Parts: sequence; structure tokens; C-alpha cells
Amino acid sequence: MADEIEPANLSLTNVTFDLEYAPALESKSIVSIDKEYGLFIGGKFVEPKDGKKFVTVSPSTEEKLSQISSASAADVDRAVKAARKAHTEIWGRMSGRDRAKYLFRIARQLQERAREFAVLESIDGGKPIRESRDVDVPLAAAHFFYHAGWADKLEYAFPDRRIAPKGVVGQIIPWNFPLLMLAWKIAPALATGNTVVLKPAETTPLTALLFAQLLQDVDLPPGVVNIVTGAGATGSALVEHKDVDKLAFTGSTSVGKQIQRSAAARGLPLTLELGGKAAHIVFEDAALDQAVEGVINGIYFNQGHVCCAGSRLLVQESIADSFIDRLKNRMSTLRVGDPLDKNTDVGAINSSEQLGRITALVEAGVAEGAEIYQPSCALPAKGYWFRPTIFTNVQQSHRIAREEIFGPVLSVLTFRTPEEAVAKANDTQYGLSAGIWTEKGSKILWMADQLDAGVIWANTFNQFDPASPFGGYKESGFGREGGLQGLSAYVSLSSPRGAS
Amino acid sequence: MAARLDVQKTYKLFIGGAFPRSESGRTFALLARNGSLIANVAQASRKDLRDAVVAARSAQPGWAARTAYNRGQILYRVAEVMESRRGEFAEDLNRCGVPIASARKEVERAIDRWVWYAGWCDKFHHLAGTVNSVAGPYFNFTMPEPTGVVGIVAPESPGLLGLVSRLAPALVSGNTAVVLTGEASPLTAVSLAEVVATSDVPGGVVNILTGATKEMLPWLLGHRDVNAVDLTGAPNLEAATVAEAAENVKRLIRGEPDDQSPYVIADFCEMKTVWHPVGR
Repeated sequence: MADEIEPANLSLTNVTFDLEYAPALESKSIVSIDKEYGLFIGGKFVEPKDGKKFVTVSPSTEEKLSQISSASAADVDRAVKAARKAHTEIWGRMSGRDRAKYLFRIARQLQERAREFAVLESIDGGKPIRESRDVDVPLAAAHFFYHAGWADKLEYAFPDRRIAPKGVVGQIIPWNFPLLMLAWKIAPALATGNTVVLKPAETTPLTALLFAQLLQDVDLPPGVVNIVTGAGATGSALVEHKDVDKLAFTGSTSVGKQIQRSAAARGLPLTLELGGKAAHIVFEDAALDQAVEGVINGIYFNQGHVCCAGSRLLVQESIADSFIDRLKNRMSTLRVGDPLDKNTDVGAINSSEQLGRITALVEAGVAEGAEIYQPSCALPAKGYWFRPTIFTNVQQSHRIAREEIFGPVLSVLTFRTPEEAVAKANDTQYGLSAGIWTEKGSKILWMADQLDAGVIWANTFNQFDPASPFGGYKESGFGREGGLQGLSAYVSLSSPRGAS
Repeated sequence: MAARLDVQKTYKLFIGGAFPRSESGRTFALLARNGSLIANVAQASRKDLRDAVVAARSAQPGWAARTAYNRGQILYRVAEVMESRRGEFAEDLNRCGVPIASARKEVERAIDRWVWYAGWCDKFHHLAGTVNSVAGPYFNFTMPEPTGVVGIVAPESPGLLGLVSRLAPALVSGNTAVVLTGEASPLTAVSLAEVVATSDVPGGVVNILTGATKEMLPWLLGHRDVNAVDLTGAPNLEAATVAEAAENVKRLIRGEPDDQSPYVIADFCEMKTVWHPVGR
């Protein structure tokens, strides 16, 4: 029968795809959320001293999920004291081999409970289950696994040095990858013998609190990791605390600058992973279908709540019109909606505040004369949502080309030569990441050489691995996370021969 | 109450993920100090060795193609399963003459060493690989790759720790192995094979042959599809026997029976250098 079909009937050009998908909902039954949570200090959940609580909501339903404790300066002090005690008495003296075994336990339990963590992450933060299940949680487990392997091998990472942990480290993480950022912070700190006081973001505390329960299950000694929930004031209390030996912060550049002011004045070791405005550069000799997928992934992954998002598309002039058409066509197939639906590509915006910031910047883009395009997808009635957006006719001076939007909004600019692409790409305060699409290998390496960015992706985008260092140039911060280089932020190195 | 009668285990070879007897039908008697029989252990033949090399060769590309992270997790799984069979390993060593307290200690060290090597899978490139500053517009880097199929002569002592110290580093980079255990402590080697068989390690990655090392070694050294042979467990070989290795320019590795180092991982590696131009 098959040979009776005319070849013309097999052409895809006349086919319209029916994009109505039946919902494929991930069950919430794997998760149980407590009515309220204490602070995790000294291995136990304790009430905040002044009893203050705040609510965490699901951004996709606006449903109140739980009451979270707000840590005051007095609570932060308790946490730092618990961390100090654990460092002095146990963790700072423990053999690397035993620290490794604890980290392997954490990695394994994260793997065992991966689906639970993924569902909770999507409920609390709004990201599609496909991403929390396939990216956030497996990578978090991988970070613990990788750093477990370093804990007993530090003498190979830093040969000819006497290696000591910093001591008690204060860590503040953002809401875009709550569990993954926790793993990026905690795993290297513990591997190198530090104890931790960590503050999760106020809109996404739940996976950190579930992680605290996991730490109890693996019998991690009390005080080695302390988790203090709260908003900016809690973070400030941690930054200003006198008995913290090192700070690590991931978040906005403006808050990062405040933290550096405070830490620099005291000579406190600091690493910062801040904002970005990555150039995503597409040459005319790129594999264009793959480049379209890369650009779409680069900006709409995690609703664009990604510091390394490819938010500035630089496309070579000769292919700009057709490439933008392809992008718009691909955008029309993105499914926006319930984060727990396995079909969903773009989930909820993390908070009403963030939705307000995105909306304001998009309005500024229109007002400054850029041309906006959004596919006409239906949005749920409740929750915080923003349509995938693309701006064309963007000028280098426009706010949407200069400021980090941290949402699903792509600004398109054009260039003629590699030199012009480099000049435009580097014309920013940021320098976290960049993307290059061309089939010519030597051009990839020349561009990578010229671009001021800490991570360069070529013919791919948004790749992360615990073995690969991540971090920025310029006002995107300093210090690296992951890889051999990521360890150095958490150790003090000195001459094994003593002072000469 | 009558004492329960033991069920005795048959000690067989481990080839391609299966546990065959020797095709030759041979066994050797493993005797306790008092002369009583511990077990009739399979005595591998030249044909068994060739079968093991075929199995190792078939498994090698797939093992090397796995991500380093995946190999690391599988090797860590081996340590997890070893941990759950600690008592059995100690008993094996004890039956072959190691006092029980030192046997237990040796087993713990062997498991910890296995964990240590598992952690190297996605890290030894950080140390063994380099980016080379050549004087020209080229991106130039060197990376370690597995040698291929390696033969390993397990040290006679320490029975388990020595075997682990030579086998684990060979597996880290993606080699597959054919191990000759010798006659001194074949029991732990077979127990280790049973652990490997139940730890997500693909069949053929590890092959373990019990038998007379002296008899097998010339065949191993002369086999043209073996890329390297670790002679740590065979320190006093006749010159003529070792010379067989030159037939296909085998890498000969001589290390220490109780050692752990990333340099041992590199001993089982080739170094590949890549040049690529940089320019518009």
C-alpha cells in the first residue's frame, strides 16, 4: 500500500500541526508541604526568636503554600554560632575521606528523592516540571557527587600548598534555580571543610527546607549546614555578621555591589555571581535550524529567569529577516502554562514583583521604538504569566539592550562582520556568558578569544556541568563555581614551608 | 539441634558478565594451611583468556563512551555493593590465610580506595589534560584517553586491596580489563566479580580469570588484541616472556601493589593532542 502514496502527499509544507495537547500532569501526591517551617539551625528546626513568619505562594496558582520563618539578626547569630561550633569541633577536623562519604550520601539521597524535589521546586518556583525534573535536580545531585570526589583529593587540586578551609561561610542564593544554586554553594564549601549558613530566596524556600530534612536523614553532624529563611534583612544580617569568614552571593548586580561594599571594607573573602546580558551571536554560516533551537532555549529556558540567558540576539544582517521569521514561527509552538504539565515549555513568572519588573522594561522597549512580537497563546487566569516576547529594531542604546530583564524577552540586533559582532557583544557592563553559532571552527575560537565573558557556548547554549567552571567577567561578578577552579574560593592556601 | 550444613560455592571464571567454568574442564585445589580442601577453583585455559579478551574488546568502546560522571557513579555503586558484602570479603581473605582482624582492615581500605578512584572519573582530566600554549594561531590541547584492553596480573598480596589498587584505576578512564588472579587468593577475586556483576558494570568491562598466572602470562603478553599489561603482580618474569609484549608494542605497567594515585590512572592512558586553527 505504501508505494501508492504520491511523494507530494508526504510534503510537510501543507500540514498544519494541531497543538492542542491533553494535559499530562505530574502528580503532586509525592510532595507533602508542612503548614509552617522553622529555621534549620544546629541540625534542628527551631522557631525564630521573634516569631515572625511570611507566606510562600505558588506563582502559578497564587495559592498560599506554607508559613516560613523570617530569621532576624539574632537568629542569624544563632546559626553562625552553630556553624562555628560544628567547624571547630567536628567538620574542620574531619578527614577528607569522611567528608566525602557524607557528600556521597547527600548525592544519593537527592537522586533517590529526585522526583519529590522536582515537583516541589515547580510548585514553589513556577518552573516547568520538565526542567526541574531533567535539569535542576539531577544537576544538583551531580554537584554533590562531583564535590564528594574532591573532598579526599584536595592535595591534587592545590599541590605544594598547605590547604585549610575558610571556616564559616555565609551564602545567599536566588530564586531562579533554588535547589541547584544551593548545591553549587553548599557542595564545594563542605568538600573543602567549611561549615555553612545559607539563606534561600524568600519566594522559593521550600526545596531548601526539604533539603534540610534530607541532611537530618544522612546524619550530617548538627551545625555543619544551617538554613535561615527570610528576605533582604536576613541576608543583610548574614553579610554584616562579624564571625563569618567568607561570603558567596548569587543574585542581582545591584545587591552584589552592596555586598561587596560591606565585605571589601572588612577585607572579607567574597565571590559574586551576578547579572548578565549575554550576546547570542548567529553567523550566516551557522546550522540555522539548530541555531533557532539554541536561541529559543537560550532565552525561554526557565522563563528567562537565568543570569546567563542569551537575551541579546546578534544575528548577521544577511540572514536576519529569515532567521527572525524562523524564530517567530518556533515561538508560536511554545506552550505556556501549568508548570506541573509535562508538555509545558514556559512556566509561571516567579513572583508578582518580577512580573512587574519585566512588564515595565517591555513597556520601555515599546516606548523607545523597538518593535514587539508576542505569539497569541492563552494564559491561565490565575498566577503570574508573561508571553514569550521578541523585540526587533533594537538599538544598542535601548534599555532592553542594556538592562537585564530576567524574563522571557529577547532583543534582536544585527551585525555585518565578526569584528562588529564582538564590539556589540562586549558593549555591556556584564560579562557572564555568550553564545556563538557558526559551522566554522576557527571562527568559534577567534570569537571565544575576543568575547569578554566567563562562559562561552559554541553551537549549543545553557550547558552546565559540575566539572565545568561557571562565573562572570566585569560586573557579572568574580569567582567561579564548579570544576577545579571553583574549589579555590573555599580554601586558604599557604606555603607548606612556613614564612621565609 | 543439629548444626546446619554449609552450602558450598562453586568458584568459576568471570567472562563477559557471565560465570562459566573453564572450557578446559580444569580446576585447581585451593588448600587450607592444614591441608584440607577449601574449594576447587576453575583453572582458566588459553581459550578462556582469548574469550575474555574478545569480551573486553567488545565492551571497551561502550564503556569509554559513557560520560565520566556515569562511569563514576557505576564505580561508586561497586563500592556500595562491596560495603554490603564486607563480611564475605573478610572471610575469603581469612580462609586464604589472612588473620581476620587484618582481613577486615584490608577490606575497608579496599572499599575506600574504590570510592577514591570512583571520584577521579570526572576529575583526572583536570590534572592529566592540558591546554598547550603553542607559538601560533592554534587552539591546542592534550587529553588522556583509555589505552583499550588491559591485562592485569593481580598482586598475590594484599589479595583484595592489591587487586582493587590495580583494577580500579584502569577502569576510571574507560579501559576494559582481563585480570589474572593467580592461585594465592582467588576467592576474593571471585567475590569481587560477583560484586561487579551486580553493580551496573556492563558485561565484559571486567573479566576475571583464576588459574596459574605463570601458565597464562605468556599468552596474555603475546595476545595481539591486548593493548597494555600491568605486571605489578608479576615482578620476577623471565626476559623472554616479557619480550612477547613487543609483538604489538604493548604498554607495560609496573606499579606498587598497595598504592593510590592519579598517576596510576594516567599509566593506563594514551595522550591525544588536537590542533585547531583560530581565525575569522
